[in-house]
Amino acid sequence: MKPINTIVGSLAPLPRANVDTDQIMPKKYLKRVERTGYGEFVFAEWREADPQFVLNRPEYRNARILVTGPNFGSGSSREHAPWGLQDWGFEAIVTFSFADIFRNNCTKIGLLPVELSEKEVAWLMELAEADPSVQVEISLPDQSVTTEGFSAEFVIDPYTRWRLENGLDDIGLSLRHTDLIAEFEATRPSYLPSVTTG
Amino acid sequence: MTARTLFEKVWENHLVRHSPGEPDLLYVDMHLVHEVTSPQAFDSLRMQGRTVRRPDLTLATIDHGVPTLNRHLGITDPMSRIQIDALVRNCEEFGVKLFGLDDPRSGIVHIIGPEQGITQPGMLIVCGDSHTSTHGALGALAFGIGTSEVEHVLATQTLPQDRPHSMAVTVEGDLPTGVTAKDIILGVIAQIGTGGASGHVIEYRGSTISGLSMEGRMTICNMSIEGGARAGMIAPDDITFAYVEGRPFAPRGSAWEAALEEWRQLSTDPNADFDTELFFQANRLEPYVSWGTNPGQTIPVTAAIPHPDQAENPTERDSIERALAYMDLVGGTPITEVEIDRVFLGSCTNGRIEDLRAAASIVEGRQLAEHVSAMVVPGSGLVKLQAETEGLDRIFKEAGFEWRDAGCSMCLGMNPDILNPGERCASTSNRNFEGRQGPGGRTHLVSPAMAAAAAIAGHFVDVREWN
Ligand code: SF4
Repeated sequence: MKPINTIVGSLAPLPRANVDTDQIMPKKYLKRVERTGYGEFVFAEWREADPQFVLNRPEYRNARILVTGPNFGSGSSREHAPWGLQDWGFEAIVTFSFADIFRNNCTKIGLLPVELSEKEVAWLMELAEADPSVQVEISLPDQSVTTEGFSAEFVIDPYTRWRLENGLDDIGLSLRHTDLIAEFEATRPSYLPSVTTG
Repeated sequence: MTARTLFEKVWENHLVRHSPGEPDLLYVDMHLVHEVTSPQAFDSLRMQGRTVRRPDLTLATIDHGVPTLNRHLGITDPMSRIQIDALVRNCEEFGVKLFGLDDPRSGIVHIIGPEQGITQPGMLIVCGDSHTSTHGALGALAFGIGTSEVEHVLATQTLPQDRPHSMAVTVEGDLPTGVTAKDIILGVIAQIGTGGASGHVIEYRGSTISGLSMEGRMTICNMSIEGGARAGMIAPDDITFAYVEGRPFAPRGSAWEAALEEWRQLSTDPNADFDTELFFQANRLEPYVSWGTNPGQTIPVTAAIPHPDQAENPTERDSIERALAYMDLVGGTPITEVEIDRVFLGSCTNGRIEDLRAAASIVEGRQLAEHVSAMVVPGSGLVKLQAETEGLDRIFKEAGFEWRDAGCSMCLGMNPDILNPGERCASTSNRNFEGRQGPGGRTHLVSPAMAAAAAIAGHFVDVREWN
């Protein structure tokens, strides 16, 4: 995972609420066994149906930050959704609220989930619609989003921030505790099921 | 000792490591794996030279992409074929047990866990699938994870997690006739919305919940995720213990006695606090039908489809308008006037034997409406066998329903079972998102009894008036 420090780029506005993972990554693309190359499938059905859909518009093609409505990423646990957004070129998603599993999946791959207030999101949304080229800076160390005439702070728990800033893989971190894991295993009740006993 | 909720007890029983300012490291008692969310995880293990720490606590099944017809001909879709072959190879290479396609025990991952007795009270269960919440019906803490987390569990048998908040959803009183577990959960989501329980683990409690069968409890916990919750749980009781006893992977003899003693501790202490509490009266619940494109857009069968003018703010107005356009509906129309083309009976929400019995009792001796085609897809190979032993397959077939092999099927249409663009379906599944059952398809979520009645009538009907 690539360490994140400061993300600078333009915005793509997607002013919809409850965008679900079935829309972000339609299921027909879940049949691939690869981990990369999902960018071209992101929002495939909306892109197909509407030539004016934001990701079809050349002026938004190079946006690095997606600004969107509340409860973003609800529905399935498919990590293919954040993989696709990241592979498309997004480095951060700014919204009012995320669905839990989606937010979690983003932080596992280094796609920064940023929660701002409803007002702040609305302000950025308007800005993005008015000027596709405007540059916005998201600083993870400062937990801030800034652009000309705008500055907002966001909350992220210190542990996740530390992990993202250092690009640390969770598995490596947990494997430091193999002793504790083995200790725990020794205390597990013997009645618990194992698939080798049924 | 401080009073604790069921959720807190199970969480704390699985703490490998707790360090302030960091996520807790939890031990996973059972990791369920399926073909869609695992290939990249196994791949990455291989690349890092890592192994599966506890193959004995890992169980794989194939459910999402399997055909439900002519299975003996093999998987014809080349992409699904690749994915399923990859799982078979990965299981061989890493020593993971797989219920393969020809195993009658195979089926939807969330059906087979409880059915085999692999899901037990107090366990911590994860799977790369959001409806893992189903297993909470037995008093387990069970939640869905992403593929990076699947890899993490394979490698370490643990998972770092921030502790969610707790929520009590209490339902009291006798359920009116014709109102089922599915209606309880649809009614709850209609009220709280799809993000209403976000960041929470729900414990369902109250006399209505303890009066439900295990299968009904699974239906409720299954759809917790549709309210945004991380997981749903129900305290285990005698109904739970009777359900688990004697199943293939359940403890036996003295192990059973030891387990029972522990399981009896698994309830919320009388003075324990929840972060959020919600109350529902069972006698206020009705059969529900979803009208829109998320499970929160649900109304009682006696109601009319919302009109954009009823919206409280512009965002809501926009989502009502969008949903009406996608669903090709007009605000203000009574939902019972809406005609359907297809019926899907199945999924991890309602693909168990009681669901098939409930539907069959409505269908028996009647015929499908002429313009409707309907499909019954049992949740597992064993549910299918059981239904056939009871003659339910005959009832369905005589009424004109198709009787299929087990799998996820048209719940998400990753196999050949999909809606055609514009088709309208009464479905016992859990999600009515745009295109969920096939691009351009329109899904209405209902209970098995409501789906069966709609299949016969050709439009939605109030099953309470059915005779
Ligand atoms: S039946 Fe539907 S919701 Fe359940 S696991 Fe399969 S695809 Fe997911």
